[in-house]
Amino acid sequence: MEIIELGAVEIAKAVKSGELSALEVVSAHLSEINEHDGDVGAFLLVMADRAIERAKEIDKRRSGGEELGALAGVPVALKDNIVLQGVETTCASKILSGWEPPYTATVIEKLISQGAIPIGKTNLDEFAMGSSTENSAYFPTRNPVKLDRVPGGSSGGSAASVASRFAPIAIGSDTGGSIRQPASLCGVVGVKPTYGLVSRYGLIAFASSLDQIGPFAKSVDDASLVLSVIAGHDGMDSTSSRTATYEHAPNESDISSLRIGVIQEMMSDVSNDVLGVFNQSLDALRSCGAKVETVSIPAVRYGLSSYYLIAPAEASSNLARFDGVRYGLRVTGADMNETYGLSREAGFGPEVKRRIMLGTYALSAGYYDALYGKAQKVRTLIVSEFARAYSDFDVLVSPTSPTVAFGFGDKSDPLSMYMSDVCTIPSNLAGHPAMSVPFGGGADGLPVGVQILAPALSERVMFQVARALEGASTYMAKPQWAH
Amino acid sequence: MAIEDEYIITIGLEVHCELKTNTKLFCGCANQFGSEPNTNICPVCLGLPGSLPVINERAVEYAIRIGSALSCEIRPSVFHRKNYFYPDMPKDYQVSQYDEPICVNGKLELPSFPKTVRIERAHMEEDTGKTTHVGTSGRIHGADFSLVDYNRAGIPLVEIVSAPDLSSADEAREYVSELRAILVSTKASDGKMEEGSLRVDANVSVRPLGTEKLGTRCEIKNLNSLRSLGRAINYEARRQMEALSAGQSIRQETRHWNEDQGVTSALRSKEEAYDYRYFPEPDLTPLDPDMDEVATIARALGILPPARRLRLRELLDGELTRSELEQVQTCVKFDLDEHVLDAVRTGVPARLALARGSNELASYVNQATVDSFEVAEFPRGKFIEVISLESQGKVSSTQAKTLLSRIASNHNEEVSALIEELGYKAASQDEISELLDRLISENSMEWERLCAGENQLAGFFIGKAMKITNGKVNGKTLASEMAARRLG
Repeated sequence: MEIIELGAVEIAKAVKSGELSALEVVSAHLSEINEHDGDVGAFLLVMADRAIERAKEIDKRRSGGEELGALAGVPVALKDNIVLQGVETTCASKILSGWEPPYTATVIEKLISQGAIPIGKTNLDEFAMGSSTENSAYFPTRNPVKLDRVPGGSSGGSAASVASRFAPIAIGSDTGGSIRQPASLCGVVGVKPTYGLVSRYGLIAFASSLDQIGPFAKSVDDASLVLSVIAGHDGMDSTSSRTATYEHAPNESDISSLRIGVIQEMMSDVSNDVLGVFNQSLDALRSCGAKVETVSIPAVRYGLSSYYLIAPAEASSNLARFDGVRYGLRVTGADMNETYGLSREAGFGPEVKRRIMLGTYALSAGYYDALYGKAQKVRTLIVSEFARAYSDFDVLVSPTSPTVAFGFGDKSDPLSMYMSDVCTIPSNLAGHPAMSVPFGGGADGLPVGVQILAPALSERVMFQVARALEGASTYMAKPQWAH
Repeated sequence: MAIEDEYIITIGLEVHCELKTNTKLFCGCANQFGSEPNTNICPVCLGLPGSLPVINERAVEYAIRIGSALSCEIRPSVFHRKNYFYPDMPKDYQVSQYDEPICVNGKLELPSFPKTVRIERAHMEEDTGKTTHVGTSGRIHGADFSLVDYNRAGIPLVEIVSAPDLSSADEAREYVSELRAILVSTKASDGKMEEGSLRVDANVSVRPLGTEKLGTRCEIKNLNSLRSLGRAINYEARRQMEALSAGQSIRQETRHWNEDQGVTSALRSKEEAYDYRYFPEPDLTPLDPDMDEVATIARALGILPPARRLRLRELLDGELTRSELEQVQTCVKFDLDEHVLDAVRTGVPARLALARGSNELASYVNQATVDSFEVAEFPRGKFIEVISLESQGKVSSTQAKTLLSRIASNHNEEVSALIEELGYKAASQDEISELLDRLISENSMEWERLCAGENQLAGFFIGKAMKITNGKVNGKTLASEMAARRLG
């Protein structure tokens, strides 16, 4: 089997046994990037030299008999809103162009300590605001499965890098579906863990109460292994859970005793091709012995509107620091206020400005209660309705995205773009884990993912269901150039 | 009738107090005054993209100490973000407590005005960096350029907000002075106004005498000394009175105090006021202090200024005079109450100990200015030694004061050596008797008049005696000797 087709588990095993060198692994992926990333645009920055150097180090440590870690020699692509000391981090925004962070995110430190090799920084919608990666200030990323389609977003570069075989695993962030939706559109596995399971230290915040870092992978087991590496308490993040951990439990796929709820409200806006694949996945779950029934969670219908108040409100505050004073782009004006205005005018793209304005408005005196306050109440309602559903069901399922990958410019109206996240947003509002697993081909043979939702810190059962679905599916998305 | 007599002044104060923790509120950087600019900084207090705050538990403990010392209710609290743009605020929002502060409903008693000022709240927040505007104006408008030092960014503050219960500049000064004494005794703050550890904003309004409704208030920002506080309030109150008397109305606004010109000027009006867009800080979890721990912290506070004053008052019998009350306050203010208590324990009369403590010692330890809070030390044992001698009549009051003054300028001086050096060896009864014989023979006319009842002439003889002995005679002893002769 070609190196680039191998998963993380297999690569780490081969590097540890000496069957493959880390250098061979990195070189194979770098040459794939060289050959095809011109078409895809998954990376804002390829860290070729650093990756090669790091691979050599790992090979040296192996020959010295040292312990190599769970991800020995595994290349990992990093969404460019997560900081790595000395490596330009832009959030795909002009305002951070050229900024080299002086510190490293906790997740990246954990990955590196387990032998993973950062191979590049991936493209995203500017500041993770978008669902197609068209909002990158630099260039859009193309869907490797069909290059005239978007990869989804905002972690479109990370999803595309795994789907393109540029890296066996990637790291993304998910605020309203930014891991799961592109995973679904590119035909890979994407996981948004429970809020607080993975440290956010070093993730450039979009909406702090919703953001969560998670993995992309070609297989459920790879995603599970990566999650086990990055999960756990971090003293640098006050919202990181003190007790929660995640242990990788490979091969757990028996779901015969599980009760699975199908969220009725998440079926209404879904296109027929996606619905067809989704129904096949339900049949598969039933034939694995699970009890599958429909469940109503009416409050999720208000998820989208509530999200588009809370997330922009937090963003308006989180993005205030990009003011031209200390780092990033500065456009000097006649006085301080003009410098702020000109720097932010030139540095932020239209979607970011739109959300800053939405959020500023939602928090304004006289509007707070009716907008932000009410949105928080919806959030509480969603949590309590999920809790009620989980008294009857172990996990819930839905389509991840209402459609397969769409074309560039197809959703120029912001509201229609926002609809892409209608099924994924409620998990962020509740702080619950959810993941997308590719199951079949919809229109034009494009990938369709199934979303599995679970109660807080119930990643283990979520992964069991994911393995069952993976096992029942024969679908495998391939890059367009591999046909 | 003076304009001041036609209006009532109402003042509420917001006092920002820096906590003396070792590290900043949300990161491990040193909380240190006077370091080289931008050396006590890290990604967190610089608000670099991706960084997150983690609460300093010690700062929470200090805030609880302050709340407990001000008789506040300590309760669960939530941090909010206060959003506004300013170059010295790294994140362009300040993490502060808003509608759920850690301490509420406290009180502070003014020692000399018999008045209880309500404390509405005391909340925690992070300090900003420090901006220096370079140029002639010294302010951001018209500056050539501005320099920012982020060493102060993220230093823990507690903001103590009083109810509008104060009605004069003197009360306001006493409030801050007493608050400072309490803060220092909690050891949560050093109370140094000159280093900016205490900064005061004053809300001032006036209303015509006989009316109930409070007038429109103006907030004067950043008053950095008791002197500025008093001057700014007096200026601002008078400005408002004159405006109202001239038929103008007061605009609610924030005002800046110019120390050199002695005037306040408008910074921004209510209409221009920032909308801070407060919302709960999602990067921090709410604080929910354990009530047993709160009780432990409160118990460990030790004795606070009000109780220390009470302790001194109880040394004296009966109603205290106004000047005795002032003596009590002074002793506590300058940390001399333990000196007085110890002296009384060794048998010195309380009134003497209090008088020497509040008059002599307080002025020695306060050589600088009343506005500076530098508290010097005075050797306690030597204080007791001197006033014991005085109370036993072994040295005169004038001699005692001289001794204290000498010890104040050199703590190493020994009392016995000083008495030797100054020739304060108490005169014997025979020497007093001889001295009086001499005085009577030299001033026989005056002596007869004294014996005939012109009592004021006693002073004349004591004066003469002082002259002859170069002040070494004990006036009291001589007076009683004269009284004995007259009767005999």
